[in-house]
Amino acid sequence: MAKLDTPALEQSFLNNHGKNPIRAWLFSTDHKRIGILYLLSIGFFFLVGGLLGGLMRIELIAPGETIMDPQTYNGVFTVHGLIMIFLVVIPGLSAVFGNFFLPILIGARDVAFPKLNLLSWWLYIFGAILAISSQFLGSGAPDTGWTFYAPYSTETGSNVVLAVFSAFVLGFSSILTGLNFIVTVHRMRAPGMTWFKMPLFPWSLYATAWIQVLATPIVGVTFLMIVAERLFQIGFFDPSLGGDPLLYQHLFWIYSHPAVYIMILPAMGVVTEIIPTFAKKHIFGYKAIALSSLAIAAVGYFVWGHHMYTAGMSGTARWFFSFLTFIVAVPSAIKVFNWVATMHKGSITVRTPFLYTLAFIFLFMIGGLTGLWLGALATNVHLHDTAFVVAHFHYIIFGGMGFAFFAGLHYWYPKMFGKMYDEKLANVAFVIIFIGFNLLYFPLFIIGMQGMPRRYADYLPEYTGGHFWSTMGAIVLITGALLMIYNLIIRTRKKGTPAEMNPWGGKSLEWTLESPPKEHNFDEIPTITENPYNY
Amino acid sequence: MDDKNKKHITSYQTYGIVLVGLLILTFISVGVTWIELGPLTVTVALLVASVKVFIVLTYFMHLKYDSLFIKLMVAGIFILFAVIIVITFLDYWFR
Repeated sequence: MAKLDTPALEQSFLNNHGKNPIRAWLFSTDHKRIGILYLLSIGFFFLVGGLLGGLMRIELIAPGETIMDPQTYNGVFTVHGLIMIFLVVIPGLSAVFGNFFLPILIGARDVAFPKLNLLSWWLYIFGAILAISSQFLGSGAPDTGWTFYAPYSTETGSNVVLAVFSAFVLGFSSILTGLNFIVTVHRMRAPGMTWFKMPLFPWSLYATAWIQVLATPIVGVTFLMIVAERLFQIGFFDPSLGGDPLLYQHLFWIYSHPAVYIMILPAMGVVTEIIPTFAKKHIFGYKAIALSSLAIAAVGYFVWGHHMYTAGMSGTARWFFSFLTFIVAVPSAIKVFNWVATMHKGSITVRTPFLYTLAFIFLFMIGGLTGLWLGALATNVHLHDTAFVVAHFHYIIFGGMGFAFFAGLHYWYPKMFGKMYDEKLANVAFVIIFIGFNLLYFPLFIIGMQGMPRRYADYLPEYTGGHFWSTMGAIVLITGALLMIYNLIIRTRKKGTPAEMNPWGGKSLEWTLESPPKEHNFDEIPTITENPYNY
Repeated sequence: MDDKNKKHITSYQTYGIVLVGLLILTFISVGVTWIELGPLTVTVALLVASVKVFIVLTYFMHLKYDSLFIKLMVAGIFILFAVIIVITFLDYWFR
């Protein structure tokens, strides 16, 4: 946390104003403090999940057993997935930047339900404790993968009940955040801020919130069904009890595919804020971007079956899901075209947030287009459950959501903490992270196409080269990430310069506030008369 | 909307009637499981549950008194739900 050594910091929300600092933070209903609580929590779990991922890469550096046995490997990839999905990328941008900036961007003093917002964070922490505990309590770490596929998850002796219960609790946190954001956007916009004068990050949060509210209960109930089947032998999914294992996959993916959009839509919103600021140009296709967020949220509900092509689903369902999968690529492509068109003939300044944004577009395109390979029925049969899927998924989630998170962090850091980081060091960290990321994940596309299955602790010698370079990439990536963390936390705390009110020359409302903002954001609620991207 | 001047628009008597109605429907849900209706058992259970949802939304959740916009939002959610069910059954019907 930044030291309070400037007048702006003294008056800001970061100052405890004489209160017990721990209590003032842990029980604060200020949306900005809750956003920072999420940032710290998610950052911590990102490091834990990253450490587990690093251990997996070390195990895979060479064929045969390296540092762990196969059962431990199963536990490690399950908890890596559980932590990264439910504790990092699903709350991710919404919980951190959404909490901090949604009220500010729409000209409000807080979210609609501040106490509910705090409850969401506490539920998140409670769920996180349960998720981590599932590794160590009971009959061994869960070994199902984060997807908890039945009937294995209903039969394995590992600690599945606690793991799915943690995801159930985390789901409540997500639902309450979504509910809060929907009501906030409907009821708290500043006078004059019509729907089409609202910045595009709130638009993306709004679309995301609907998915959180409507899709999450489905997976919550599904997890309870697993518990019911394990504890009371009620036959939902196990054929020997009269259940249908494909029903589990349907119910799980009805949530978990839209969940990908919970992760990526706010990321798209963040880069949509960043591009006009650094291109010094009005966003191209404002309405198309706004409505494409809703279109992605809507169509994204109907494509879940593309995870199940090889599971034994009917042919009719397969071609229908494949068709819809290609349709959902359209609104995503609309956004990409509009971002590129915004940059076209813009007066571009290449600063750290913009570098991460460019990387986001590049990596998201690779992730998105390889998604179409997987969405096509014929290629999917070959690529299903291979390392290709791992590469595609990480290009979308880490290359997309992760890089957008880093972009947003570097973009809004001066506003959040009132300090400017060392930009040269940030750029060096960016280059290392970008190289490390591609070195880590690109070889997985190749060995995946060659037939390397995912979730295997061992492999045939022909995959050695790809796995070796992938592990080298992991080391480079971790080095870059540690450099970024050092720069943002340690170096900026000691040597960071006070941030200006508007260091990037942005036009949206957050740049009209002090860096960092006061506790109630605005002395007077602004009246909005124009679009937020009038450069 | 002037929230401060809004009054309670549903009487306690109405709430009481709704509660009794929901309890009766619950007994019906349980009761039909004792009757051999074949595949219709699930149909009856779903119909009764749907009626209960309708009553809860209308009275307990005040949808009856809400604006058309809110009603349309709720309708949209039910349409989404219906589409998800239909798409799921593209698998089961054609398997």
